[in-house]
Amino acid sequence: MPDAILEAAGLWFWYGEGAPVVRDVSLVIESGQFVALVGANGSGKTTLIKHFNGLLRPRRGQVRVAGQDAAGRSMGELARQVGYLFQRPEQQIFSPTVRQELAFGPRNLGLPQADIDARVEAALARFRLVAVAGQPPAILSYGLRRRVTLASLAAMDPPVLILDEPTVGLDARGLEETFGWLANLHAQGRTVLLVTHDMSLAAEHAGRVVVLGQGQVIADGPPAQLFQRSDLLARAALAPPPITALAQALHPHGLRGDSVTVEAFCDEYVALVQAQSPLGPVSDRARSPRSGI
Amino acid sequence: MNQDPRLGTDAILVSSLRFAYPPLAPDAPAPWIIDGLDLHVRAGEWLAVMGASDAGKTTLCLLLAGLAPYLTGGQMEGRIVVAGRNTHDHPPPALAGTVGLLFQEAEAQLFNPTVEAEVAWGLENLGLPVGEIKARVEQMLALFRLEQVRQRAPAELSGGEQKRLALASVLAMRPQVLILDEPMGGLDPAGRSEVLAALSDLRQDGSTTIVMTESDPEAVAAFANRLLILGEGQAALEGPPRDLFCQTERLAALGVAIPQMVRLADQLNRRLGTSFTFSNVDQAGRALAVHLA
Repeated sequence: MPDAILEAAGLWFWYGEGAPVVRDVSLVIESGQFVALVGANGSGKTTLIKHFNGLLRPRRGQVRVAGQDAAGRSMGELARQVGYLFQRPEQQIFSPTVRQELAFGPRNLGLPQADIDARVEAALARFRLVAVAGQPPAILSYGLRRRVTLASLAAMDPPVLILDEPTVGLDARGLEETFGWLANLHAQGRTVLLVTHDMSLAAEHAGRVVVLGQGQVIADGPPAQLFQRSDLLARAALAPPPITALAQALHPHGLRGDSVTVEAFCDEYVALVQAQSPLGPVSDRARSPRSGI
Repeated sequence: MNQDPRLGTDAILVSSLRFAYPPLAPDAPAPWIIDGLDLHVRAGEWLAVMGASDAGKTTLCLLLAGLAPYLTGGQMEGRIVVAGRNTHDHPPPALAGTVGLLFQEAEAQLFNPTVEAEVAWGLENLGLPVGEIKARVEQMLALFRLEQVRQRAPAELSGGEQKRLALASVLAMRPQVLILDEPMGGLDPAGRSEVLAALSDLRQDGSTTIVMTESDPEAVAAFANRLLILGEGQAALEGPPRDLFCQTERLAALGVAIPQMVRLADQLNRRLGTSFTFSNVDQAGRALAVHLA
């Protein structure tokens, strides 16, 4: 049975004397899972995940990381286990150069200099930052600063990665690189917890989607299941990916209406068209002697 | 001053524009970020700007709003005329109320003690009557679902709420030309629809011109009537979004993501030999319903 790597049990949190932002959340994320955490702005996503690396401490309830209570462990200690990408690059960038920014994490892990250097150079190359390695991060464009923070996380290479809306400001190539990198880490057994508003990304990459609404878990399951529940999505201020909206719109024409990726939709659509065709499946026709006509 | 005969029809007129930020050190290079751009935007048009992370999108926004080179320094060649005013002769205060800018990092432009005061601030500076200010503040708070948090400090709001507040504050001034740098970044799907709906209302009355950088191709495909793709500081492609999104290979090279519906059309055409050209869910729904019938 897989191990629980991130756990919240009866977790409550509120800022100052304000109303609770996280309300009695119990959640278990198993080692090796790729989980998308979704929900409306202000639903408590960022507040919840900040508990997993010690940025916030529970007002009530318990948080465990790799089976151990997080309460007795410092942020530095938790950082060995849990890498955290902030929602906004400027919340975490502070070094005078990009290269130093990337070296900061591995240095704090106490790695030998040669290992630090190797990790930093690999991360610079992976996120196309070699040309700006000597520049101050503050003057870079938003998208480049986003890549700097991703590269910093890559240089830490933690067992668990928590990313708070990593896609904002990334261009198409940056998106592809980032998700290629995450899929690779996931294949190697790392755990990924992704906060996102992009339901297409959630559907394509996460096997499990957790929906927060007003500080509580209101749904938890595979994306294909969740995106069918329009009542639930509306409650959580979410919308299904365009491809699911299309599949649902074409339900009266014979589609099941549950596709959450372009590939799944295509497979179903092509099968439907071929079944309707009086000549039978296209692949059969292709093999028939009359196919050239 | 300007005698250009086209000023009556062009809300924005950019000719032979080049811009470079000041070099980091006296002997450091200062590359042209915008390198020979010509652009006409007609009054009431909605122009989306896309491009790779370092294509110059944010710089173009700052230039159109008159903040560059006024606040950034650097070297500019060519000419920018916005709502009939040459930005060279009109510093930002002289453009306030005419040109509105939403920063990519919207929270950077929030500094008042309460949400209400934030929306009222620009209006007070325009010297509007108190009754008018109150009416506009109420209208904006309602439009952007901010009534519940009107007394809260902007810094305490969630990222999406801050974005909506910044947009409300800019829109309250009813600028003729609205420059939006990634207005939907970090918004939940409901927030995105609200922002797009509010912007659509503005466009309906035909008096507001919108220039919007956006990395989400779905929003562009659904709403923009013209698309400019920047590449290396120049107009790499320009035209109706539907035409440009079909050029999938060119877009990939320019670092621009394509809408799910374009990917779908591409895959179906390859597998079924069809020639679909849709780029949003409405178009796709109509085309596929006809195809299945």
